[in-house]
Amino acid sequence: MVSLSTIRNRLGSAGAIAEGLESVDYIPSRAIATAVHVAAHLEKPILVEGSAGVGKTELALSVARWLGLPLVRLQCYEGLDESKALYEWKYGKQLLYTQILKDRMSDVLRDAPGFEGAMARLHEFGDLFFSEEFLEPRPLLRALREEGGAVLLIDEVDKSDEEFEAFLLEVLSAHQVTIPELGTVRADMPPVTFLTSNNTRDLGDALKRRCLHLHIPLPDARLERRIVETRVPDAGEALRRQLVDFVQQLRTLELRKLPSISETIDWARALVLLNAHELERELVRDTLNVLLKFEVDVERADRELPALLAHARREGGAATAPRLA
Amino acid sequence: MQQSLERFLKALRGMDVPVSVAESLDAHRAAALVGWSDRTLLRDALAVAVAKSEDEKERYFACFDAFFASAAAAAGEAEGKLADEEETGSAAIREAASDDGLPAGELARMLLEGDRAGVAAAMGAAAGAVDLSRLRLFTQRGVYMRRILDEMGIGDVEAEIRDLRAAPGDPGATERADRLEGARGRLVEEARDLVERNIALFADPASARLREEFLERMRLANIPPRDFERVRRIVRRMAKRLASRHARRRFNRKDGRLDPRRTIRSNIAHDGVPFRLAWRYTRIERPKVVVVCDVSGSVAAAAQFLLLLLYSLREVMSDLRAFAFSSHLEDVDDLLAGRPFEEAAAGIMERIGFRPTDYGRTLRDLEDGYRDTIDRKTTLLVLGDARNNRGDPETAVLDRLFQRAKRVVWLNPEPRPFWGTGDSEMLRYLPYCHVARVCNTLRHLERAVDDLLAARP
Repeated sequence: MVSLSTIRNRLGSAGAIAEGLESVDYIPSRAIATAVHVAAHLEKPILVEGSAGVGKTELALSVARWLGLPLVRLQCYEGLDESKALYEWKYGKQLLYTQILKDRMSDVLRDAPGFEGAMARLHEFGDLFFSEEFLEPRPLLRALREEGGAVLLIDEVDKSDEEFEAFLLEVLSAHQVTIPELGTVRADMPPVTFLTSNNTRDLGDALKRRCLHLHIPLPDARLERRIVETRVPDAGEALRRQLVDFVQQLRTLELRKLPSISETIDWARALVLLNAHELERELVRDTLNVLLKFEVDVERADRELPALLAHARREGGAATAPRLA
Repeated sequence: MQQSLERFLKALRGMDVPVSVAESLDAHRAAALVGWSDRTLLRDALAVAVAKSEDEKERYFACFDAFFASAAAAAGEAEGKLADEEETGSAAIREAASDDGLPAGELARMLLEGDRAGVAAAMGAAAGAVDLSRLRLFTQRGVYMRRILDEMGIGDVEAEIRDLRAAPGDPGATERADRLEGARGRLVEEARDLVERNIALFADPASARLREEFLERMRLANIPPRDFERVRRIVRRMAKRLASRHARRRFNRKDGRLDPRRTIRSNIAHDGVPFRLAWRYTRIERPKVVVVCDVSGSVAAAAQFLLLLLYSLREVMSDLRAFAFSSHLEDVDDLLAGRPFEEAAAGIMERIGFRPTDYGRTLRDLEDGYRDTIDRKTTLLVLGDARNNRGDPETAVLDRLFQRAKRVVWLNPEPRPFWGTGDSEMLRYLPYCHVARVCNTLRHLERAVDDLLAARP
């Protein structure tokens, strides 16, 4: 386990965070590193937004890996409630135990004088059935009880119901939860919390106010080249430049779903697998469905293919050949 | 520094980025954490704390750049000049200026000697004293300019010019007066620049909001064409707000209420021992809506907005069929789909707009062609003024549709007293509508649509 002071040290500045994340193969933009820095010191959760595949979830995973903290992940969906997110009594086990203990119970209570006496004797045993033994901790409780701190990822919080959002407020602002039978559980070391959202609905103001907000845009060409370089090291320099430029060009078209970083990486992997050293027309056409997820988009891109490829070759080639003039 | 952050947050609020007290505390803590020296770092850090959506981020970055550009320009200019001149005198004046006002005659001296640094510093101090962040309207420009100049002591300079002019025959005095006059003119220009920069920051957003509120309450037909763009923006925002309020929730779980029947049923396998509990919930019905929109000559002024509503409704509701009519009914789903509003509206108006209205035929068309789309889950929404050119209103057809549909809602752009006057058939249609209401401002639109979406079975 990593000690508290090392973690504090590591989160000392935006630059250190950027380097640290790069060491686990996550290339953050300056804005991302700054956001993590500010969040760590203000002890506030970060709400990360951005289109699908820009690395929202990956950010949380990478921070956990880098800091050596356990990652607790809570995937949200419609109908998610406290019993799935926070804790649950092991109802089946409670029931089973009462059935098994029925005989013992009558032994214990046999010589008790009258109803009240039996009740008093029962009270001597304490709250057996509502104790740690029968508590099933769910992600949020687990994250709070993690002794050396944890990274808590609440994924796709926009998919959950509004009631659940309201319920999250206590956890996020005070780092504590209240279980009626056991009391309040408070985190010794507040977890580093990330919430991600795909913007399927607007989140409530109360939730937003308690979080810092980070929007991850699609990356510019330089950043994307570095990302591809770390994630797909087998791709050659020329191929990398060309494919990144191609994707950047694609994003300027009017498409239903723009390709994001994860698609770029998948495509780069596919191209490497197919032994490509340069973008060629046939190859691109065959692999276009890795990048684009709608038939209309593929058709649209297919029409623009010659122009896109020419541009990519020009830009990609310019780096290897010395530029004239 | 704390004060300029405070002023920056104020400017942000003006730009429609709501900054709560908690968030401004976060901003202060974030700024203290990253320091003031690295501007891009500060920009990113504050963005995280203050702007909480993509739109807000955009506005935030614009505001940050504008605010700190003008602040940096003012400070940089003053200090740069100061370093150039190596004149100790102006430093003393800067100090004096920062206290309160200039000693009498100093402004004239600085103007004549071309002490730009001193003047800039004095103007900065004056601007602080006047508090430009209180600017609200661009019409306040003159007032604030005058206040700044007064604060700097321009009254003395003007008095001196007058005195010099009053002493005739002295060529030295006349020349001095001319130079002072020229310098004074430049000073006024600089003050104007300063105030205008601040108007862009503080006043524009505030007056824009005033205007938008005004537009929301204005009759749609009276909105001048130059404001159409703004209205579209408002409607789009409205549609988004409605969408997020009504999207996604399909079940209303009533926590804690057991559903005994389902519990027993799902535990039959366990001999009736209730291992698995089932809870009650109610299903929230998504409204199925058929919209019929009038685009004839009589509603031409309002047609644009009715179409705009139709267009934004489509974005909000998944289950919507859109029709437009004047002399007959046409399905416009295809015309609206996947196109920007301007193009879609122009297309519809070209195909079916501006013909004489025939409500009778439209209703018959609807019943004959699309009877199946209207069932007991459907809300039929009619947008139109019910002016039928004295044709047969065919109320019997509407009656049959009224029987079939869950609800018939009529939104009429005419005010209620006009219903039933002239060729308006509104009063005859009225018995066959569950709801009929006036809808001729953006506020009305929003309320009507909100009701429509929230309607429970």
